[in-house]
Amino acid sequence: MAMGTFKVWRGDREKGEFREYKTDVSEGMVVLDAVHQIQAESAIDLAARWNCKAGKCGSCSAEINGMPKLMCMTQIADLPPGETVTIEPMKAFPLIRDLVTDVSWNYAVKKTIKKFSPRKPDAPDGTWRMQQEDIERVQEFRKCIECFLCQDVCHVLRDHHQHAEFMGPRFFVYTAALDMQPLDTEERIEHLKGEGGIGFCNITKCCTKVCPEEIKITDNAIIPLKERVVDEFYDPIKKLFRVFGGRR
Amino acid sequence: MPRVDVPLARLKFAQTQRRDMWWVAPLVVFTILSSFIGYATWAALQNEHYSWGPYLSPFYSPLLFASVGKSWFGKPPGWFPHWMSPAMLILGIPAGFRLTCYYYRGAYYKAFWADPPSCAVGEPRKSYLGERSFPLVIQNVHRYFLYLAIIFIFILGWDVWEAMWWPDASGTRHFGIGLGTLVLALNVGLIASYTLGCHSLRHLVGGWMDRFSGRPVRKAAYDCVSCLNRRHMLFAWCSLFAVMGADLYVRLCSMGVINDWRII
Repeated sequence: MAMGTFKVWRGDREKGEFREYKTDVSEGMVVLDAVHQIQAESAIDLAARWNCKAGKCGSCSAEINGMPKLMCMTQIADLPPGETVTIEPMKAFPLIRDLVTDVSWNYAVKKTIKKFSPRKPDAPDGTWRMQQEDIERVQEFRKCIECFLCQDVCHVLRDHHQHAEFMGPRFFVYTAALDMQPLDTEERIEHLKGEGGIGFCNITKCCTKVCPEEIKITDNAIIPLKERVVDEFYDPIKKLFRVFGGRR
Repeated sequence: MPRVDVPLARLKFAQTQRRDMWWVAPLVVFTILSSFIGYATWAALQNEHYSWGPYLSPFYSPLLFASVGKSWFGKPPGWFPHWMSPAMLILGIPAGFRLTCYYYRGAYYKAFWADPPSCAVGEPRKSYLGERSFPLVIQNVHRYFLYLAIIFIFILGWDVWEAMWWPDASGTRHFGIGLGTLVLALNVGLIASYTLGCHSLRHLVGGWMDRFSGRPVRKAAYDCVSCLNRRHMLFAWCSLFAVMGADLYVRLCSMGVINDWRII
């Protein structure tokens, strides 16, 4: 068993600092295990949010060696051996304490997006019929666990603090899941361009890079939505097609 | 959007806890793109050594005007400034296509504008407008460059066909393949793979629809473009090197620096 050194951010909204902790690390350990050991051995008041420890609840989001990651899915063996591991809270959201941030802004943003609104049922018993090939594209977006790592790494929120004008990659994925749903009848493109601020995205693909569910956020959600915005607002020829043909 | 009531700390330029060499990728992109722009500008200004035998440099194709040899519209008209080369008339189209390409946008915003320098690394500027206002809102013109870029695939394909017909002393053309023919064919193959994997094309062939069932042609087209789109970055770089390599090959043959290898 080897000794690992961890620099963990300790503090609240007013002030904070990195504090160094040492703890035993063994094969198969993840960063969340180390945090729990540090809590048990030397920092009983260290605040860290977690739940499933299986990469499915999205609670233990943090920044490990500067990159947004789930603590429960980051193997210590995958980090540079012998080096101090830094663990910080997410930077795009207000800090509550230590590694815990207030992500409630995300839930408020979600409420601004028009809900799923299906067409009339296909059958008299009130059910619908769909083909697998129609729903495949949307199924990828349903994998999202709302860990908000994509929101944290997005420079529009992280560096420019455009929370008031930009909904962030998570909610572009959410909008795509609704807007590309074959049963849905609602229009969300105007909201995307206006309140959603999709034009702020400059396609850095950082959101895709950090997604623990490996959703191709930029290629499969954001860019297709940007193209729908172009159809609606920037392409005169497409506008003509829409007038004389059907939208979908 | 709802407001966040607690002010967040602003990160300084290049501030990060990342330990990896995050600066390597933007530096490589900066170096390659700068070199390409430098070479392409130099080649476009030369106005010579752009053809050899049946080969035509892709930087000069379509050849609209030429003082000597075959061109679409013959000799340059009187109004055509003597310092301009025919390449300068057409290079704006592939350049515009790449400049507004979704992949390149992400790459050069990082490499040339540090916006951001890399993921989770602090930026040099506080203000940010993104692509929703002038000038970057112009990036939305990408699909129009796509339409023109697709025409270029056919033109470059025709150049490959022409590169298989070698004139003899009497002017009669005979079938033959040289290494240059293969270089030009590889170039058009990679450019086609890059162009046909475009995000805008993916949208236009079917991405705008929510239902594919009952539309097998649409579905097949969408799947094909999606397949190329998954390797869009790879083809973006390979085609960039290929077009530069094809021009260099024709140029060096024309200058007599290298001899073309006649295969058939």
